[in-house]
Amino acid sequence: MKAMVYRGPYQVGVEEKPEPVIEHPNDAIVRVTLASICGSDLHLYHGMMPDTRVGTTFGHEFIGEVVEVGTSVQNLAVGDRVMVPFNVYCGSCYFCARGLYSNCHNVNPNATAVGGIYGYSHTCGGYDGGQAEYVRVPFADVGPSVIPDWLDDADALLMTDALATGYFGAQLGDITPGDTVVVLGAGPVGLFAARSAWLMGAGRVIVVDRLDYRLEKARAFAFAETRNYEHYRDIIVELKNATDGLGADVVIDAVGAEADGNRPQHVTATKLKLQGGSPVALNWAIDGVRKGGTVSVLGAYGPMFSAVKFGDAMNKGLTLRMNQCPVKRQWPRLLEHIKSGFLTPSDIVTHRIPLDEVADGYRMFSGKEDGIIKALLVPSGS
Amino acid sequence: MDPYTAGTERPPFDAEALRSRIPGWGADSDPADRPSSPRERFDPAASGAHWDVPERQAGGEDRERSIEHRQLTPVFGTTSPLRGVSGVIRRFAYDNFSEGRAAHWLLLIAGDRVEAMGARFERDPVRAAAPWLIGAAAVGALVSLRRGRRG
Repeated sequence: MKAMVYRGPYQVGVEEKPEPVIEHPNDAIVRVTLASICGSDLHLYHGMMPDTRVGTTFGHEFIGEVVEVGTSVQNLAVGDRVMVPFNVYCGSCYFCARGLYSNCHNVNPNATAVGGIYGYSHTCGGYDGGQAEYVRVPFADVGPSVIPDWLDDADALLMTDALATGYFGAQLGDITPGDTVVVLGAGPVGLFAARSAWLMGAGRVIVVDRLDYRLEKARAFAFAETRNYEHYRDIIVELKNATDGLGADVVIDAVGAEADGNRPQHVTATKLKLQGGSPVALNWAIDGVRKGGTVSVLGAYGPMFSAVKFGDAMNKGLTLRMNQCPVKRQWPRLLEHIKSGFLTPSDIVTHRIPLDEVADGYRMFSGKEDGIIKALLVPSGS
Repeated sequence: MDPYTAGTERPPFDAEALRSRIPGWGADSDPADRPSSPRERFDPAASGAHWDVPERQAGGEDRERSIEHRQLTPVFGTTSPLRGVSGVIRRFAYDNFSEGRAAHWLLLIAGDRVEAMGARFERDPVRAAAPWLIGAAAVGALVSLRRGRRG
């Protein structure tokens, strides 16, 4: 089969690879009909995640058709059109039994700190991802769901990670009606978090980024006020000015490990890999939120330490809430909201790229070229 | 509201104006009625799993794992198994350092770089070797120059 293959930092392409096989009785094999490149895939592309091995296939956002099931699979059948959460999880460990599907203990031998994630290095379990024609889906009775007939493919695809994660991030903020919410990052997750903040009852939503075309999307899609941090000498002073000196009630970090905005942090983390990720956005969240407020962290960071302003977080009495999103918990409500027209996820899709051109897709997404916000990958034959 | 005075208990806002401008405004405004609330709820049946303990995946006798795991997980990824010099470095990291040690992660990153260099060499040995050869030639020239000046 054709699959995206990683050959080193900034070196990806499409190669022939053996099709996946059933390796466990509850596996399914899914023929991928639509996939995408996530902002967090760029951390892999840039060589930032430890134990990213040559020959692996990325891609934790995909939908497709079930083509084979293992002997113990009961809830899926060959031919089912399914959306698959980016979490690989067993459904039965201590954490899954408590609804923490993104923290499963039974699927990732390489790290106890991380659950299982498709196509996200051996640090996340060593599973090939869905930027391919076929993918192995473990615990098929637990993760995937049949896509409702009325839901179109692009919306279903966005349910597997970006939309669910943004929606989850707004919940992590414990937003109550009237709150002022700042979202750092106007990528797909940030846009969905901003839109979701209104569902939680926010009184104001302000999105911060450095790319004007994404801030324009934040205004149009997420009804947000916006600030381009490169236009201000100090974005924290601007956020305080914008909130009458209080700071925001909630700040959502939808940026993560490769945050720009501070050269020493960016260089030591992103270029020299001496930190698990540049904590610029996290520190801006700590600085920009009011005393007693809540910081919600969705941005992905690597497993090493980062230089975080923890003293300020403590002195301000902040609540920090974070996790990889337990995707399937969000689906029933998200389906209601999409059906009601409250959420229109595929409005943020800007590019559809054939799988054969995945290298171009990564280059464009990494360089923020051509107004890219969300790129879908289309395997040939789908 | 400002930080120097008490203000009102909740910030003033016009719910009707927001509701008319933003589709679905306030649909999830009850914090107790959100999908991730409560954060943890003990309900093993909710996941759809029809086992208490998953069957174990075959193979895995030589599978690397974190020393913070008491056993190999029942299910595991099998792409790109350890091999070569990078595999030796990675296995050393897994076998000797917990996830709490910087050495664990720095060694894994080193393994990544060694493997990537090897992959580059396989793809295009001349281009991959060129910087090293040029560097070695430059060092050799400098050493000769110093010896020439002393002599």
